[in-house]
Amino acid sequence: MKMSGARIVLECIKRAGVDVVFGLPGGAVLPIYDVLYDFQGLRHVLVRQEAAAGHAAEGYARATGKVGVCLVTSGPAATNLVTALQDAYMDSIPIVAFTGQVPTHLIGNDAFQEADNVGITRSCTKHNFLVKDGKDLGPTIREAFHIAATGRPGPVHVDLPKDVLVKEAELVWPDRVQMRSYNPNYDGHPGQIKRAAKLLVRARKPVLYVGGGVISSDAHVELRELAELTQIPVTQTLMGLGAFPLEHPLSLDMLGMHGSYYANMAVHDADVLIAVGARFDDRVTGRVDAFAPNAEIIHIDIDPSSISKNIKVDIPIVGDCRRVLRALLEAVREEMHEDTPSLAREARKQWLAQLAEWKRQHPFHYDWDDDVIKPQHVIQEISNLTRGEAMIVTGVGQHQMWAAQYYKFKHPRRWFTSGGLGTMGYGLPTAMGVAAAFPDRLVVNIDGDGSFAMNSQELATCHDNDLAVKTVIINNGGHGMVRQWQGIIYKGRFCAIDLGPSPDFVKLADAYGCVGIRATKPSEVVPALEKAFATPGPVVVDVWVDKWEYVFPMVPAGGANTDMILENPNQSTKEKAARAQTGF
Amino acid sequence: MQNGSEPRKHTIAVQVENKFGVLSRVAGLFSARGYNIESLSVGETLDPSVSRMTLVVRGDEFVIEQVTKQLHKLIDVIKVSDLTDDDHVERELMLIRVNAEPQHREEILRTADIFRAKVVDVTPVSFVLEATGDEGKLEALIELLRPMGIQELVRTGKVAIARGPKTRARKAEAPKKARVADDPKVVGFAD
Ligand SMILES: Cc1ncc(C[n+]2csc(CCOP(=O)(O)OP(=O)(O)O)c2C)c(N)n1
Repeated sequence: MKMSGARIVLECIKRAGVDVVFGLPGGAVLPIYDVLYDFQGLRHVLVRQEAAAGHAAEGYARATGKVGVCLVTSGPAATNLVTALQDAYMDSIPIVAFTGQVPTHLIGNDAFQEADNVGITRSCTKHNFLVKDGKDLGPTIREAFHIAATGRPGPVHVDLPKDVLVKEAELVWPDRVQMRSYNPNYDGHPGQIKRAAKLLVRARKPVLYVGGGVISSDAHVELRELAELTQIPVTQTLMGLGAFPLEHPLSLDMLGMHGSYYANMAVHDADVLIAVGARFDDRVTGRVDAFAPNAEIIHIDIDPSSISKNIKVDIPIVGDCRRVLRALLEAVREEMHEDTPSLAREARKQWLAQLAEWKRQHPFHYDWDDDVIKPQHVIQEISNLTRGEAMIVTGVGQHQMWAAQYYKFKHPRRWFTSGGLGTMGYGLPTAMGVAAAFPDRLVVNIDGDGSFAMNSQELATCHDNDLAVKTVIINNGGHGMVRQWQGIIYKGRFCAIDLGPSPDFVKLADAYGCVGIRATKPSEVVPALEKAFATPGPVVVDVWVDKWEYVFPMVPAGGANTDMILENPNQSTKEKAARAQTGF
Repeated sequence: MQNGSEPRKHTIAVQVENKFGVLSRVAGLFSARGYNIESLSVGETLDPSVSRMTLVVRGDEFVIEQVTKQLHKLIDVIKVSDLTDDDHVERELMLIRVNAEPQHREEILRTADIFRAKVVDVTPVSFVLEATGDEGKLEALIELLRPMGIQELVRTGKVAIARGPKTRARKAEAPKKARVADDPKVVGFAD
């Protein structure tokens, strides 16, 4: 059937199984918005800035397991989108981003609102396309969705010149995608899986280290089965939170720069480390030569280039986490039939006892204060009130780390945070995407006063589109994480960190037609949260917290994970941290 | 990653889809990851939809492993092979314009002859020679011509091809079969 290129684009998005598009119109994409005027079966959410459309698509994708879609115009809109694309790229989030482009005959002429869109996004997408002919629209968009969702997921960008959108063409939607140059490997190598099974059954001090790949491949059930069957403790990366219930006896909580004492100690002492869908990021490993120095390392990942990139791996297994874990479970069961050396069994008991001891010695902790609200307390109360069931989104900074440490996640796909890129401003727009995907669930955006201000204009989007995001601002009057680094590593020479008292976030919420609530005393925290969660529609809770609270444990960048600072450091620890530090 | 072997030159053959932007994808990968390309040559293959690049890259085994994996990760890359340790033939073509003073003309022609270089342009004051060979041969020729005064030289960068088997003719390599993920749901693709 012949139809305009613009209609083809919308039909294709619908056929890809997507029901919400986040976007903002402009000259080059007006043909699409003209079709959208009476198009059935797609909800369009009008954002206030294009980066927000990208983040919202990320939230939608992470929450549903489908591909998120955003649609913006050419030039400045495409460049505004870049941050979200790089964010999705670093965290392997499947989105397809459509941008408008000047008509094909003007490309390269410095036309109005022209930018070399595909040139700009080439390095921050898994792949990108410039469609120059209407007959290619369907097959290209089909490929775009396929590439975004398969293998290691990621963002794909499709650039649409205006004349291609206007002209009529045949809608072609291939049943299946065949590409000779792109065939991800899903099944792990059976020989390697057997070797891994042998190794982990005989290990004395094994640790499972799991990341975002477990979430994207929906492998949490298999992970739990493996952990329970083998009694191997599990530590999760920032992106992996929710892959394994944090209150499970085998959980070691998060590892890395702001990870738990016991997780970092366990990894350091481990004799076998099984990494699943994680990538040995520098925020996880600290100084690489001191990371898991005694361990034989098994690494399961869909992306071959993740393997032995930062750390030499002994048993690499390239494949989809869920399929590999299934096969590994089978292999482990077989292996366990043969008599496990009783020596290992005895050693395992001691290992679990050691971990329990570390947990008891150094749990996450903070000092209570009757007069000033401690930020950790706010997170604990959010966790209690929502019973670990809410959809939790964050900005970037201290509040993000406290959310990771104190919220007791039970399920996957309920935690949304900017891990790889650390994008301030990620919180509110991502929460919109989550709320659009699950209008009946409680979506809580735990944000910083600095991060929130980077995209607070999206309160208008929440208001206009009934996106009932509950934002809780952990307001410490500044860029807390920077304050912490300057306090610990830069000799207390505080510079360019103070924010506020402007704006008044309660009045700001009010101005956008949302509900604003403030809490300034510890006794006000629970009532404020309860009220926020009970109020329909978008709400902002401005919680004034102790600005001198720091996130601990803390591994100074460049330091070894065992050099964690556990509490407000004295002078000599600060000097040591300054020396270890190699870069922000 | 550290503790790799000594850095050395690798010759890597890359088959890519002959599509708009593919060269900049490959070049962009090298600049983004901080790898250095020593030379790069590109051309069509028998199948006009496929281009073949020959890259020369310096690095230890870990760098080269990452380079090949990252190249493979590019969606338009069909096949990557590191030819360095396989039996292969490498050639490069060079054009060189050299001063041709009367007292040097004989010597230049003799040198060209020894190196099987062709004289492709002659003027009263200069010769242009065309030479092909591996890197060592071209370097040697440059050294011999340097004293006469080299005006300009241009090299294509290396092209390389695997040698045939010693025994009987190998069948032409079958193209990589396209395969569709049999269970696309594993990564949540909504069909
Ligand atoms: C876009 C962006 N700019 C700058 C930074 C550097 N940075 C990291 S954390 C931080 C402070 C965040 O402050 P806030 O959002 O208030 O959170 P807090 O640390 O106070 O909880 C800054 C400036 C960043 N991560 N992202």
